[in-house]
Amino acid sequence: MSAHANAVSHHSEAPQGFIRRYIFSTDHKVIGVQYWLLALVAATVGMILSWLFRAHLAWPNAAIPGFGGVMRPEQYLALVTMHGTIMVFFVLTVAPQSGFGNYFLPIQLGADDMAFPTLNMMSFWITFLAFLVLIAAFFTTAGAPIGGWTSYPPLSAVGQIAGPGQGTGETLWVVSIAMFCLASLLTALNFISTTIEMRAQGMSLMRMPLTVWAWFVTAVLSLLAFGVLLAAGILLLLDRLAFTSFFVPAGLVFSDTQPALAHAGGSPLLWEHLFWFFGHPEVYIAIVPAMGITSHVLSNFSRKPIFGYKAMAYSLCAIGFLSFTVWGHHMFVSGMSPYSALAFSFLTLAIGVPSAIKTFNWLGTLWGGKIRFTTAMLFAIGFVSLFVTGGLSGLFLAQPSVDLPLHDTYFVIAHFHIVMGLAAIFGIFAGTYYWFPKMFGRKMNETLGKTHFWITFVGAYLTFMPMHWLGIMGALRRYADASAAPYLQHMAPIEHFITICAFITGAGQLLFYVNFLWSLRRGEKATENPWNATTLEWSIPSPPPHGNFLEVPHVYRGPYEYSVPGFTEDFVPQHLAPEQVAKAGGD
Amino acid sequence: MRSRETEQGSSAAAGLLALVLVALVVTTVYIFMARIWPMPPAITRVGNWIDSQYNLTLWVTGIIFVLAQLGLAWVVFRYRDHGQKVRFVRGSHILEIVWTTATLVLFTALGAMAVHAWSQVHFTAPEPNALKIDVMAEQFTWNFRYAGPDGKFAPAAPKFYNDSNGNPFGIDPSSKDQDDIVSPVLVVPVNHEIELRMESKDVIHSFYVRELRIKQDIVPGMIIPIHFTPRDTGNYELMCAQLCGMAHNRMHSYLRVLSEADFQKWLKQQEAENQQ
Repeated sequence: MSAHANAVSHHSEAPQGFIRRYIFSTDHKVIGVQYWLLALVAATVGMILSWLFRAHLAWPNAAIPGFGGVMRPEQYLALVTMHGTIMVFFVLTVAPQSGFGNYFLPIQLGADDMAFPTLNMMSFWITFLAFLVLIAAFFTTAGAPIGGWTSYPPLSAVGQIAGPGQGTGETLWVVSIAMFCLASLLTALNFISTTIEMRAQGMSLMRMPLTVWAWFVTAVLSLLAFGVLLAAGILLLLDRLAFTSFFVPAGLVFSDTQPALAHAGGSPLLWEHLFWFFGHPEVYIAIVPAMGITSHVLSNFSRKPIFGYKAMAYSLCAIGFLSFTVWGHHMFVSGMSPYSALAFSFLTLAIGVPSAIKTFNWLGTLWGGKIRFTTAMLFAIGFVSLFVTGGLSGLFLAQPSVDLPLHDTYFVIAHFHIVMGLAAIFGIFAGTYYWFPKMFGRKMNETLGKTHFWITFVGAYLTFMPMHWLGIMGALRRYADASAAPYLQHMAPIEHFITICAFITGAGQLLFYVNFLWSLRRGEKATENPWNATTLEWSIPSPPPHGNFLEVPHVYRGPYEYSVPGFTEDFVPQHLAPEQVAKAGGD
Repeated sequence: MRSRETEQGSSAAAGLLALVLVALVVTTVYIFMARIWPMPPAITRVGNWIDSQYNLTLWVTGIIFVLAQLGLAWVVFRYRDHGQKVRFVRGSHILEIVWTTATLVLFTALGAMAVHAWSQVHFTAPEPNALKIDVMAEQFTWNFRYAGPDGKFAPAAPKFYNDSNGNPFGIDPSSKDQDDIVSPVLVVPVNHEIELRMESKDVIHSFYVRELRIKQDIVPGMIIPIHFTPRDTGNYELMCAQLCGMAHNRMHSYLRVLSEADFQKWLKQQEAENQQ
């Protein structure tokens, strides 16, 4: 693949005026920050929702402020539905990919912007509108939907008759997700085109930082998966509004009300297949960028090349490819063919292999290094620990027979929170502490950052590890309280413990907000390359100017040349010509 | 450079990280080994197979967990910056081959060993003398139907559903067969094969009894069969395991396993009540 000769031909003059510079900007850096801020707001909302339902789980008879007394089951279900939707889509898909990816993909490639800047701007504003549409569901008469973020029909397809929130609330949910899908497809087109077409001279595929590989693989996943969810969403809307029956069979009677609903011929399993065909790649969309960031940060602060660069790049591709073949592991007990369960099981176990390879290579990167514990590095190391824990619980769920007692229990909640809610979030934090100096020209406070790390790392493990045992004992997901059975009530002390740890960990995030806001104005001024890093973003001013590069960049070597024998410095930037790099002990 | 100095003296961070990881490992291993929060005992043979596979998985993942977390703790502590030289290496082809192969073999073997239990649940036919029971799931109740003295299930259809008249299965009122037994509790004889045929009249529900180790979604528009042989008498919680609406957490019944004699007594009682 030849690099684009004119990678730094400026697409446009620097925009003037507040609106063009900060609101309707086509600059990938502004758009990246906009996405990141949207994710921050969404994460705050999502976290508050979780405090509300965790409070109810610990104290089921207590009046919750704002709920007019004790929380009702439909309110609980609306909270968990919206918590899941907001976190998976508007935090985990937005921040690591659309946020950091938009900002740093062009720069790390040596480009002056994305391939399609105007399309990029549209993607952000569609995503923003989608968020508003989703939040609007809270303000409908019957409230937000109660069908979970997975929204299985018929519960999600037949409207108000199935329960509170399943009327207008559910319709707004589907519309919001459809808009999100559209925006994500446009973003994916941008990322893929930019990576293929706009690399600087000398930036071969095998010299791209692993963050770029991660964003590229994630974009391919997005392109192929979001289209399917968009289609499924449209079919669901048609079932709800146009009397079609894609997902609804004949003969459904709700609340003993005759006659049966006027649907026929549909299959709820069809939704499950379509949803999870998207849903499994989606969870890799959530974690793959964090894997890239972890590789990038671990290498920088170990002062060593990433161990097994090629293996890391290929394993990202393998994970991406395999992620499209495993969706049925969410459906082992769904009523689909139990023979297909075996095929999905083996493929799911297979996808554990490239994931394990990455873990070994991260350990290999740390081994023999000279580790500097900046806040970014702490979060990257935390990512490795959390990914191991969360990944291993997946081994249980990947086997259909072992999944039988564990499906839809708190064991599953533990698994996906540790990989997505913790590991992926740690990737976002690592990226934030690492790239804040570049984005804003100032460093974040390291003391506050480290304290934030310790509270979050310990608190998050304390909050989510107990959920494995709740699930093993048979505590079910999406249960508003323990009133059904004594064995659930016996779990009350564990529920209390989890809720209190969740509150403390959540409170600890205040340190992050304070640090972020304070550092924007008062942080120690950052130089071009405060981390002595090698990749192209560290060769330009902090923050970067319009068009990113003052001179056309040229790449001479791979992205992780740390502590290479024979050089004076312990890092050799990608963009320095050989004659510009000081060698140790003469030539 | 100031930051380089502070990072160089970060044995504290390295030590604390290692300590947290060791604490994580010790606590987790202890809770599992001491069986502080176990699954309730299984009452089916297939449940025993599932438990074997679960235990095997626990051993395998447990060993990997311990090695990986302690390995991370060691490497992070040992190679903290205390002024040493970096051991420069780009990678190792041998290591990549070894650990890829080892992981592939281990995971495949685990998957292969899990097949047996799954096949016992889904690829075996119910025994010929299985007691057939129909299951009707709806928001938010369970109902169970037995064929009654004539040994036949009465014809039924959605248009005849009438919960308020005690006809959740929609048995045709004009049919001559009116001796089906409908019960809100699933009552079965011990050591006898049970075959359930499960339907839902509104949304997806899921049949789940912990001690059976069986979970099966019930999908509207499908009739889904499962079979099992309970080996222990007792009263077991039957919970709905698929979000089905606002009272999902209250959709509960019991699996009541009786001795053969007690089960016959119960049947006679139900038949008598039917005739009233």
